[in-house]
Amino acid sequence: MSAAAEISGREASRPVLTVKGLTIQVATPEGAKIVVEDLGFTLNHGETLCLAGESGSGKSMTALAIMGLLPKPMARIASGSITLADGTELTGRSERAMRKIRAQRISMIFQEPMSSLNPVMTIGKQLEEVLLEHGMCSRSEAPARALDLLRDVQLTEAEKRLAQYPHELSGGMRQRVMIAIALACNPEILIADEPTTALDVTVQAEVLELIRALQREHGTTVLMITHDMGVVAEMADRVVVMRNGKQEEAAPVRELFAAPKTAYARELLAAVPRIGAAPTRPELERTRHTVDVEDLCVRFPMRGGLLNRVNARLHAVEGVNFRIAPGETLALVGESGCGKSTIGKAMLSLVPYEGSIRIEGQQMAGLSPHALKPIRRNVQMIFQDPGASLDARMTVGKQVAEPLVVHGLASGSELQDRVEWLFRRVGLPADHIDRFPHEFSGGQRQRICIARALALRPKAIVADESVSALDVSVQARVLELLRELQEEEGLAYLFISHDMAVIDQVADRVAVMNLGQIVESGSRDQVLRDPQHAYTRRLLSAVPFPDPTRQRPPVIAREGPVGSPVRPLDDPAPRFPLAEVAPGHWVAGDAA
Amino acid sequence: MIRRSALSLAPTWPRYISRRPMLAVGAGILAFFVLIAIFAPIVAPFDPILQDPKARLQPPSFAHPFGTDNFGRDVLSRVIWGARIDLQIALIGVLFPFLIGTVIGTVAGFFGKTIDTVFMRIVDIILAFPFLVLMLSIITILGPGLSSFYIAMALVGWISYARLIRAQILVLKTQDFSVAAESLGFSRSRIMFRHLLPNALAGSLVFVMSDAVLVLLNGAAISYLGLGVQPPTAEWGVMVAEAQGFITQAWWITLFPGLAIVTLAFGFSLLGDAMGDLLGVHE
Repeated sequence: MSAAAEISGREASRPVLTVKGLTIQVATPEGAKIVVEDLGFTLNHGETLCLAGESGSGKSMTALAIMGLLPKPMARIASGSITLADGTELTGRSERAMRKIRAQRISMIFQEPMSSLNPVMTIGKQLEEVLLEHGMCSRSEAPARALDLLRDVQLTEAEKRLAQYPHELSGGMRQRVMIAIALACNPEILIADEPTTALDVTVQAEVLELIRALQREHGTTVLMITHDMGVVAEMADRVVVMRNGKQEEAAPVRELFAAPKTAYARELLAAVPRIGAAPTRPELERTRHTVDVEDLCVRFPMRGGLLNRVNARLHAVEGVNFRIAPGETLALVGESGCGKSTIGKAMLSLVPYEGSIRIEGQQMAGLSPHALKPIRRNVQMIFQDPGASLDARMTVGKQVAEPLVVHGLASGSELQDRVEWLFRRVGLPADHIDRFPHEFSGGQRQRICIARALALRPKAIVADESVSALDVSVQARVLELLRELQEEEGLAYLFISHDMAVIDQVADRVAVMNLGQIVESGSRDQVLRDPQHAYTRRLLSAVPFPDPTRQRPPVIAREGPVGSPVRPLDDPAPRFPLAEVAPGHWVAGDAA
Repeated sequence: MIRRSALSLAPTWPRYISRRPMLAVGAGILAFFVLIAIFAPIVAPFDPILQDPKARLQPPSFAHPFGTDNFGRDVLSRVIWGARIDLQIALIGVLFPFLIGTVIGTVAGFFGKTIDTVFMRIVDIILAFPFLVLMLSIITILGPGLSSFYIAMALVGWISYARLIRAQILVLKTQDFSVAAESLGFSRSRIMFRHLLPNALAGSLVFVMSDAVLVLLNGAAISYLGLGVQPPTAEWGVMVAEAQGFITQAWWITLFPGLAIVTLAFGFSLLGDAMGDLLGVHE
């Protein structure tokens, strides 16, 4: 950042892209709607400008407008100008003229590296295609150039990757390939639309580091679009904060974080969860346990071969033990594929498992669906995507009432009263019960899901990435609601998340998972402030600080190769026994 | 804003239709045919099977706007009475395949494994034969007539619906709201029919409309081949079939029932397209 800061500090900074009075309209059934209004900013050579804002702020629309990729015919630029350094006007250019600009002068990387690569073309072919399409080199030089590009983005075993297909690569590798494609023609400007949102935190740190390194090398100007203030703090030289299509505040990153001028920016920054900022939670008396999980194993059979026989197993969860007291929150953290969500599903008997799960002392394992039904009430789940976890074709009131009816807990006017009470309980007006899910915002939908989960008066709730899909300000309010409910009802929470800062806010205890096993567990302060296991340390070292004055040290390198949870039938997974290093703080050792 | 209505779309209906001329035209055509079918005895100027040897093969005139056929029967009256039969063919010919296919598709998609394999193999077997050949053989075995046609449709036509619904259910059952329903302790039939099916239905409801067109044309084709509606009953397909010998002398006998078939089919198609838009609203 220091090199870039120098440039932005220099008076002679040369604008490479100027946006003036940009207004974008989108056609809706209700008529034209303005999604970006009178937006203006300049992008100076070599700097990183972040467009930051919550969903619906118009930041992605702005990026698409610059690329000439606004979805046609619904969206159009109503007024304003977008000009490059040499005076080239980008608005109103023909599709053919725009193609010459794309990739050669401005290129873009997207959020989903899987869906932005063509699944039936090898990586090499996709790189060569860009080079040849824009006449960057001759057909015979293309493979060598493609290889250079992959080396540039520090992809391991670059030669091998050229012949591979996108599905053979991990998410982080795919995003590296996307960056290589974007930089193939050496563009002046790179637009990155939420480039790391879909990635694990350690991979995010590596990709951000790569973008910075490439920027230093090539002098590329970066326009970064993100909702994550941690990423903003880490990457930006200057920030434009957007809200409802309008610019709220534009300032150099340090000024913005030190002294936000507008109320909205202040609010937004205040809502960002920060590791280490959360107050200590009161010590709980752990005399009894709502949830008691012992030696939980979930293994999925993998079929293959000529006869489609089971020839390997995916050890999703392997020998996991934990207990949660009433009113306590245990956070499960780990990277994608570590088995944390599978544990949540096993708690609700949604996947077959071995071992013992006791809720309120009642054994759940090995029960018939009929015997399970009354016990199942005691544990409920709140999902990540509140839109997907509600039935789109049933009114929300009916959906909250349904569990009460099915379990025979209420009927008639009592049912109506109970549903209205639940709605008020989660902070929604009771007269909204006749509406459909699509009439609510994401945060409201999550409240409906919470109301539905509470309908059965559960003792334990599994919250699987329940706030990950929400904007930070909404996220803070939903977390507050969950905390209130916990205090009043003495609920035990199993809080599954990949977001360390959120976990820091809500957890009493934290368990870190890797490859289906808990590698470290203890109180929040023990695990997050004094991590002992190498994996925990690496995970924590990758979390971006929402503070531009604090330089995050480089991510701790991974020890050894990435393991795989898939094992042949005759090869049991090695267990890593936990040893107590401090009272209540357990750390995995070497394989027994 | 307090609004207590079960159907969220209701308040916007009039404006919705006025903005979609296709929906209005399609619904209008269908409504027109339904009305003339209901009021056929009043609307039709003549008895559709009354023969008048003196007025054979007369071209369109004031007395006979659509002309008369080779038995001297009024073509307009026959087309009007034919609407009764043809609408019935479209309705019943779609209804049973739709009901059977929906249930089979839901069950096969939801349970998977053996049930799914069995039903999908049956689908494969039916698909292996050309549609019309299968229909004709079933009708021949059962004996000509409309009821045989309906039975044959029910036996063969359900496969499209089963496949459509099954594919939808397969996707929907992995979604969170289905998992949520399971975690709330709901029974399988409740999850299948209360939650998954309503979400899976949109595609097949649109298909019902285009299928109605196919069934209508099939019914006409079967009648044309002499295996469906028997003369002298007025049915558009039968009318076209009977008139083919006179096509060079009396074009009007084939043209008007043919136009009726095309117009009704067009109405169904427009309605199907409009319904596709309408049902996409929630998504």
